[in-house]
Amino acid sequence: MLVLQNITKQYHPGTINEMCLFDHFDFTVRDGEFVSVVGSNGSGKTSLLNLICGSIDTDGGSILVNGEDMTHKKVHLRHRKTGRVYQDPSRGTCPSMTILENMSLADNKGRRYSLRKGVQKGRMEHYRELLAQLNLGLEDKLYTRVGDLSGGQRQALALLMSTMTPIDFLILDEHTAALDPGTAEIIMKLTDRIVREKGVTTIMVTHNLRYALEYGNRLVMLHEGKIILDKSGEEKKRMDTEEVMGIFNRISVECGN
Amino acid sequence: MALLLSVLEQGLIYGIMGLGVYITYKILDFPDLTVDGSFPMGAAIACVLIIRGIPPAFTLPVCFLAGAFVGMLTGCIHVKLKVRDLLSGIIMMTALYTVNLRIAGKANLPVYNMETLFDNKLVNRVCGGLLENFRTVLMILLITVITKGLLDWYLRTKSGLLLRAVGDNDTIVTSLGVDTGLVKIAGLSIANGLVAMSGCMFAQQQRFFDISVGTGTVVIGLASVIIGTSLFRKLTLWKVTTSVVLGSLIYKGCVALAIRMGLSSSDLKLITAVLFLAILVLGMERKKRVKSDAGITEHNKTVSSGHHQ
Repeated sequence: MLVLQNITKQYHPGTINEMCLFDHFDFTVRDGEFVSVVGSNGSGKTSLLNLICGSIDTDGGSILVNGEDMTHKKVHLRHRKTGRVYQDPSRGTCPSMTILENMSLADNKGRRYSLRKGVQKGRMEHYRELLAQLNLGLEDKLYTRVGDLSGGQRQALALLMSTMTPIDFLILDEHTAALDPGTAEIIMKLTDRIVREKGVTTIMVTHNLRYALEYGNRLVMLHEGKIILDKSGEEKKRMDTEEVMGIFNRISVECGN
Repeated sequence: MALLLSVLEQGLIYGIMGLGVYITYKILDFPDLTVDGSFPMGAAIACVLIIRGIPPAFTLPVCFLAGAFVGMLTGCIHVKLKVRDLLSGIIMMTALYTVNLRIAGKANLPVYNMETLFDNKLVNRVCGGLLENFRTVLMILLITVITKGLLDWYLRTKSGLLLRAVGDNDTIVTSLGVDTGLVKIAGLSIANGLVAMSGCMFAQQQRFFDISVGTGTVVIGLASVIIGTSLFRKLTLWKVTTSVVLGSLIYKGCVALAIRMGLSSSDLKLITAVLFLAILVLGMERKKRVKSDAGITEHNKTVSSGHHQ
């Protein structure tokens, strides 16, 4: 379970551009939830993920993961039990290394990076099986450099790599936004399948309202650092795109966008 | 013949230094100037140990460890104190000038008529008779091949994969729950360990230490790496290290040729600088071409990024 309590976050404090994004912000994600977070630019979606992952520091409040206080833990320590897929497909993989080397690295997450052989031949069959499930033909390209793959293939691989080892949370940071519509669809379906299979608690930030409604079991809309819509379970299922779009447009107009 | 031998000897010795620079410049993307200090440090330590009567075989591991230590310091200055990469190296390089003078006790230290790695009872017994002229180059070749083999092996371990990942995309290393700073420090340690080892061999081949032997080391290293990786671009990983050593040999060959053609050895640094500038500019031309290709089609992009190793 992830709990954000009383979070305060200011940008450019003490300057003319001072902006208070989060003011006593509370947010809880229960185990097994698949939360879609939507909101316009500047609503705090990405800041929320960065706070959870530790890429930016809070000015106040605390972040608890399964009861453990993570507020001031170092970034890499917070990632031990968290997988993250970024908007930019190149951030989730190493371009000059082969698919096999990339997967071997990911496979070792949570264990020591010792002087033992980096690529364990015995695991190759397992990697092939995982890749085959993507239906992108990557299982025959284990020795191909990841930099030679397309954006969609890289993103699929990044998704696979971030979920290879047991994790408590999966963080998806607009992970389909940089892909063409067809590829985005494939990656989204794949995401849904992996989340279901692993039962991993997931937070997905997206600009695509349809994805937010179609996938996941909870929908959260952020606006100027506040949650203005939070529906889960049956309530969420009953919502349709137009309704969400209506709310979305109303807040956008208010802010003059 | 003597010229060829000296090019081979020095090219291979500087090849080991090139491997160190390859780790920092190509793998970590860190222009590390520490090498201008860690190379003469290896030379100074080697001469002092030999004069004290320590068996020459011990000079290599001692120099490696000393180099690794100063590399670690550069890493700590950069990672922990958050000083920019170039400046961290300059700070260490400057500090090491004094340290090297302290180690040696004076600005130059000859070790003529003493046992060295390439001239001792064991080597002389194995390489007697016809091989006598070649014993130095054979020993250097042996050490270079072993060092290169060890580095190839390391880059394929879990720890080595992580080192390569840090330079490639440090976001992913953080995502794997590992502190990228520690990996960079480890990389700088290994790199400067290799550079100090190279300095150690250089002093024993030349049979003296001089405080100025380190000046311009980083440029020679970068030139070797860029010549090697540009000329033998399409090779796979284990051969990249080979191409760096070959690059060093080619570089030393060019310099020897320039001196043969009438330039004096005091012109050396200028030749180095001009040659290096030419390589850099040519290298950039290629990168530019690659970049403009990338804008046209996805296919070209994948081909060009494949070249970028």
